[in-house]
Amino acid sequence: MIQTPKAELITVTIDGREVAVPKGTNMIETALKVGVDVPHYCYHPKLSVVGNCRMCLVEMGQGAVDPATKAPIMDPATGKQRVNWSPRPAIACATSASPGLYIRTTSALVKDCREGVMEFLLINHPLDCPICDQAGECKLQEQATDYGRGYSRYIEPKNVKPKHTSLGSRVMLDDERCILCSRCIRFCKEVARDDVLGFIDRGSHSTLTCYPGKKLENNYSLNTVDICPVGALTSTDFRFKMRVWFLKQTDSIDAESSAGANTIVWSREGVIYRITPRQNDAVNDTWMADSGRVLYKAVRAENRLTEIRIGRAGGKAGGSGVDAAIHAAAEVFKRNPGAVAIVGSGRSSVEEQFLARKLGEALNAPAWLVSRLGKGDGILVSADRNPNVRGAIVTGLVSSLPGQNLAELAAAIDAGRVKAVVCLGEDLTEAGLTDAQLAKISIVYLGTHRNATSDAADVLLPTLSVFEKGGTFVNQQFRIQKFSPAVPGPAGATNDLAVMNRLIEAVGIRRSQTGDLAGVWSEISAAVRALAGVSYANIPDMGLSLDAALWAALPFVEGESLHHKPVK
Amino acid sequence: MPEQRRIIFQHIGEPGYSNDLACYLRNGGYETLRQAVKRKPGELVEEVKLSGLRGRGGAGFSCGLKWSLVDRKSGKPIYLIANADESEPGTFKDRCIIHQDPHQILEGMMITCFANNVKQAYIYIRGEFPDGARILEKAIAEARAANFIGPDIAGSGYGCEVYVHRGAGAYICGEETGMIESLEGKRPYPRIKPPYYPAVLGLYQCPTIVNNVETLCHVKHIAAMGGGAYSRIGTPGNTGTRVYCVSGHVQRPGCYEFEVGKITVGQLLSDVCGGPPPGRKFKAVIPGGSSAKILKFGERFKGKRKVGVALEEYDWALEDVPLDFDSLALVGSMGGSGGVIVMDDSVDMVEALGNINAFYAHESCGQCTPCREGSIWMKRITERMVRGGARPEDGALLKNIADQIAGRTICAFGEACAWPTQSFVQKFGDEFGAGASAKAGVLPAGKIRLI
Amino acid sequence: MTSENPVKLSPATLQKIDEVITHYPVKRSSAMPLLHLVQEEQGFISPEAIEWIAAKLELEPVHIYELVTFYPMFRQKPIGRRHIKVCRTLSCALLGAYRTCAEFEKHFNTYCGDVSPGGEVTVDFVECLASCATGPVVMVDDELYEKVDEARACELAVKIKAESERSAGKSDGQRI
Repeated sequence: MIQTPKAELITVTIDGREVAVPKGTNMIETALKVGVDVPHYCYHPKLSVVGNCRMCLVEMGQGAVDPATKAPIMDPATGKQRVNWSPRPAIACATSASPGLYIRTTSALVKDCREGVMEFLLINHPLDCPICDQAGECKLQEQATDYGRGYSRYIEPKNVKPKHTSLGSRVMLDDERCILCSRCIRFCKEVARDDVLGFIDRGSHSTLTCYPGKKLENNYSLNTVDICPVGALTSTDFRFKMRVWFLKQTDSIDAESSAGANTIVWSREGVIYRITPRQNDAVNDTWMADSGRVLYKAVRAENRLTEIRIGRAGGKAGGSGVDAAIHAAAEVFKRNPGAVAIVGSGRSSVEEQFLARKLGEALNAPAWLVSRLGKGDGILVSADRNPNVRGAIVTGLVSSLPGQNLAELAAAIDAGRVKAVVCLGEDLTEAGLTDAQLAKISIVYLGTHRNATSDAADVLLPTLSVFEKGGTFVNQQFRIQKFSPAVPGPAGATNDLAVMNRLIEAVGIRRSQTGDLAGVWSEISAAVRALAGVSYANIPDMGLSLDAALWAALPFVEGESLHHKPVK
Repeated sequence: MPEQRRIIFQHIGEPGYSNDLACYLRNGGYETLRQAVKRKPGELVEEVKLSGLRGRGGAGFSCGLKWSLVDRKSGKPIYLIANADESEPGTFKDRCIIHQDPHQILEGMMITCFANNVKQAYIYIRGEFPDGARILEKAIAEARAANFIGPDIAGSGYGCEVYVHRGAGAYICGEETGMIESLEGKRPYPRIKPPYYPAVLGLYQCPTIVNNVETLCHVKHIAAMGGGAYSRIGTPGNTGTRVYCVSGHVQRPGCYEFEVGKITVGQLLSDVCGGPPPGRKFKAVIPGGSSAKILKFGERFKGKRKVGVALEEYDWALEDVPLDFDSLALVGSMGGSGGVIVMDDSVDMVEALGNINAFYAHESCGQCTPCREGSIWMKRITERMVRGGARPEDGALLKNIADQIAGRTICAFGEACAWPTQSFVQKFGDEFGAGASAKAGVLPAGKIRLI
Repeated sequence: MTSENPVKLSPATLQKIDEVITHYPVKRSSAMPLLHLVQEEQGFISPEAIEWIAAKLELEPVHIYELVTFYPMFRQKPIGRRHIKVCRTLSCALLGAYRTCAEFEKHFNTYCGDVSPGGEVTVDFVECLASCATGPVVMVDDELYEKVDEARACELAVKIKAESERSAGKSDGQRI
């Protein structure tokens, strides 16, 4: 929750402990602040409150005060204020902080409420755990263990509802598991703005569905799978692939646009199985787009580059070592003094862009970026489909936004002013250069996937994807955010920072460090004013807001999205 | 034997009385409205407060208090919804008023609207009263033509419009916030309170009054005779008259209007309704619609209660219990909707409960966990018991399930579906214990199935 | 199927629909009145009707579908030409409502909830119809019949059959 600094603070007492919270905070959030867990299903901090699961029932009371003097009436036995407890429990999610409010969660009544709700949720729930993806991260399992009665008293037949139906191409629905919390419906209506889900029928036969013929296809459909507390909604991509308790979680950033949604990459033994959002209340709340979740498939794509190559594609077979490649690149630079250009990438990390700038300075080479534009969806896919154009601007690699295509570079090639290009993961032909122009220049290519430019490269160094290395991006909010390596890269891939460091050395500049994150950051913090004092280690997990004043005049393409309101 | 005092039902069943405007006018109709719109609206609210009128739909909540909670500062339009969704089993008084004396409702509504600055009112009528909807629409058209509804009511300059809105077969639409959701065109899921009190955030999130049709009729009479005079009818705290609907095992079932609290269970059932069918004895009575807790003949109730300023002892057999809100609450039931369902000694209480549980399981909207799952569980248990699968522990299990529902739901439907089970098991435990399985699904000749 | 009137509603119904929408400050409120009007004319709510009503009220089809499946009075399939609704709640049950229903089932050779052979009737159970003093209570289409014990159920069934023979002579039943 974003706290406004001037919010009025109210003191409430939870299980005997006082806590001060901003006016309007509900009791689930308040309890969290004193380490008290209030179990719940339908409540979600980013969705409207409906209060239908009844799992968060707690005892509510009002501190007794003298009606005339308003002084607290004390209980001589405890020495504390006497509390008039309400005989009826209240739902914590819909109870706001108010002066004199007392909450208790450990009484016999609350225990009975929780056991009751748990029991009711389980009577028609199918015993699907052995075949249900949710096992291991299922709220029903967790809360049954923590708060349930522990045995079943139900011997009647259970409800039968449709099983494993396709709600959309990415989401599978198992209606019997659904506890009718309505989180998915509220999400689709309030966040995704695609109000296609609803409950049909009545009572215990209520069933979640799309209208027959319509599908849950919006680009945020998989968030419903994340927030579904049980296994009713599951991801078709992840279905039956892996038990979650085997998976390692790594913090990352969604590289599909400059929105910079925070993510978690789930992997086991070097293989990625899924990506889910990571909560960041300043950037993406608890959401991310479906299109960002499939990006991990590129890690093992058919056209992944895995071998260093010297000479154009289709030439002599046989790999080469890094040393030979660096040497060959140095030769390219020597043959074309003052005629080298750098094509950097908005998909490179801040650290790589900084080293690209250093290389450019060493070679006296101009640098361009390739733009990648799309339609912003107003939520978490911005109009700039590069995650880190601002990184290139902040580090000084470029001083203006990338143009539609590399027209200036094309002209320089045609005029013979540029005879060699260091290309960092971009396909020049997609950026407007012709095959003829490619043929005129020597290319040193660093990248992850094969394309026309990598085929035309004289020196090819395969590098690491965002899932295989650590680094930072600067998103549309000028927020610098970290990502970490989740899986190792393919055997033949080289480390971008190390390689670029060696390329700079190869031009004759002595380098004081070997191109690891810490080393590069010591250079960055010294050379880039906006990042003074920053180190990779001290960037918080939620990111760091940079002062964007220096670049306020630039015509950034992004419109409004979740948590981003550009000032025009 | 106490005499009926037919204020609301004055013309119900009267030979020659018809439901058109001309007949209503001939009988002095709309004169009260004509006078009311000459007064200050606040005065009328005070009359209703003074009268002590309590809602006749089921909750028995003070009408004056409900009106005074309306948020009049927000600047939002204030709405009135007349609750004509009469669906509480055992209740059938509103049907009579709607079909036979609709203008009484309209007059009560317009006085209520004027008193509360309401410019738009709706009558939410249950879908199963298609004739009633047509009759009300015709009455509204007549009233509009005569300027008792519309932009300039009785020449006062005050304007208010009324439309009929038909339900489609859901009991939960009788719950005030369920009704509001239904009127908004959504599934009738009751709203959580706080924060959605209709007086503050009701229809279209505007302040809204929801009143039962009979209650609105009482408003008309209060405006006519004055709140003080009305408060002297009936008994303190339980003022005015109410229409009791008696059904089940009595010789003369039907609607009877008495001063509240001036008639006892015994008087109503035996004297007025002629006692049980020949050869049978009374066994149990549900005094306030099927949601009310059941009372057993043979039970006695003892204690002290407040009468005026004094504390009086009472020692009642069931027959002695006065049929007012407070006395019925005292003996562990409720006045509710006034629907009195009588059962004689031919009734198997497990089957009777099975019938009631099937009703609530069918009508549960399904929004919140305890009611949705608990109601169908209780239904399935009672069904199994009736079909011969009863176990000795089923009675205790039923009661425990009901205990896990009441007080833990979004709306009072939780209590409504839990109270029957709790009270049946408590009062007729012997039928729910090992005795239940002995019946083993055999239907003796002449026995009537209830599920 | 024209896009303006794919459900082929009569002009009279369309007019009533447009009028009833004006009763509410928010269009969505007229969903139930529209469903009633469509069902009154066509006998049931078709998928085309659901989509048409949704479009007219600027809602998603699922919002109308939610209502049609929640309220028992709205049906998605045609029923028999006459709709026999027997109240089964406590007061009527105490006076023999289940026997009344069995009588109708026997006479029309049908089961509760089904369409009888030839499409003549559908017999259904409904919950309390609010006429408990005169139970067992039965509604046939919009008409209420009181004190319908087995004997009267028999009489009523005969009456319904006679009426359906007379109208079969006049025109095809519109409902099936």
